[in-house]
Amino acid sequence: MIWWAVLGAGVGCYLLKLAGLSVPAKVLGNPLVARIADLIPVALLAALVTVQVLAAPEGRALVLDARLLALGVAVLLLLARAPFLVVVFGSAAAAALVRLL
Amino acid sequence: MSTEQEARRGVVRDSLGVAIATGTYGLSFGAVGVASGLDVAQTCALSLVMFTGASQFAMAGVLGSGGTPLAGALTALLLGTRNTLYGLRMAPLLGYRGWRRIAAAQVLIDESTAMSVTRPSRELARTGFLTTGLTIFVLWNLTTLAGAVAGEQLGDPRDLGLDAAVGAAFLALLWPRLSTPVLRATAVLAALVAAGAVTVTPAGVPVLVAAGVAVLVGALTR
Repeated sequence: MIWWAVLGAGVGCYLLKLAGLSVPAKVLGNPLVARIADLIPVALLAALVTVQVLAAPEGRALVLDARLLALGVAVLLLLARAPFLVVVFGSAAAAALVRLL
Repeated sequence: MSTEQEARRGVVRDSLGVAIATGTYGLSFGAVGVASGLDVAQTCALSLVMFTGASQFAMAGVLGSGGTPLAGALTALLLGTRNTLYGLRMAPLLGYRGWRRIAAAQVLIDESTAMSVTRPSRELARTGFLTTGLTIFVLWNLTTLAGAVAGEQLGDPRDLGLDAAVGAAFLALLWPRLSTPVLRATAVLAALVAAGAVTVTPAGVPVLVAAGVAVLVGALTR
């Protein structure tokens, strides 16, 4: 089942790219469509941050734990303009450290 | 050396800089992929076939937090829609047809678009697009494999804080997009809606519900 999802979504993402290169621009030139398409990644990424950091591992509840502190570290690193890998692994190290203590 | 060659070298140099910095993110995707419960082959298949970072992290993230494969696939596809818009902008600029278009589509991502879209001529646009896209494709797949193999051998992902790394990765992908008040408001609203939905819907669904915020804000602003 996971393989089907991996390959299906993978091929789907490729076809989304190919569609953009193949469709005449005016078909999707509608400003409302363009605006929503611009907002979708922002909404999805913000929701993903929330779910990854606050959702209880057992599901259907919110918890505050080491992940929130790690996200705070990520914010500080982003404010300091650290590169992507430093942000990701710096945040992981913070969570690991808090759990160790 | 003619000015044309000089311009071309400048584009290649800039593109390689961006591509090498981005290509190494694959290391974190590989580690996150296996930490989310995908095996090494599935993690690598995502980088080879899907090859669009945010969608790959989303798929792994939703599966890792207990979502169904279908919810993971839908979230990945929704995030992939922005590449369609890049394609619309890039099609007249690149002017590819036939097999070239079919091949070029796979390396149509944020960075290859960014390094191509501002160029003054088709030739320079193609140079930026191909240099960035192909370099990232090769590096991203190699570093995904390295990260997945290393992650699998490191033991419990929670002890290493890798569960927290997923949230940090999404935040780092979101950060540069928060350039206007409307985008920031959308992010805050989507985060609140998702947090509320976590308590009442199965895993994976809160993210899809939050996509509705984008539709609503898009319809209400102009």
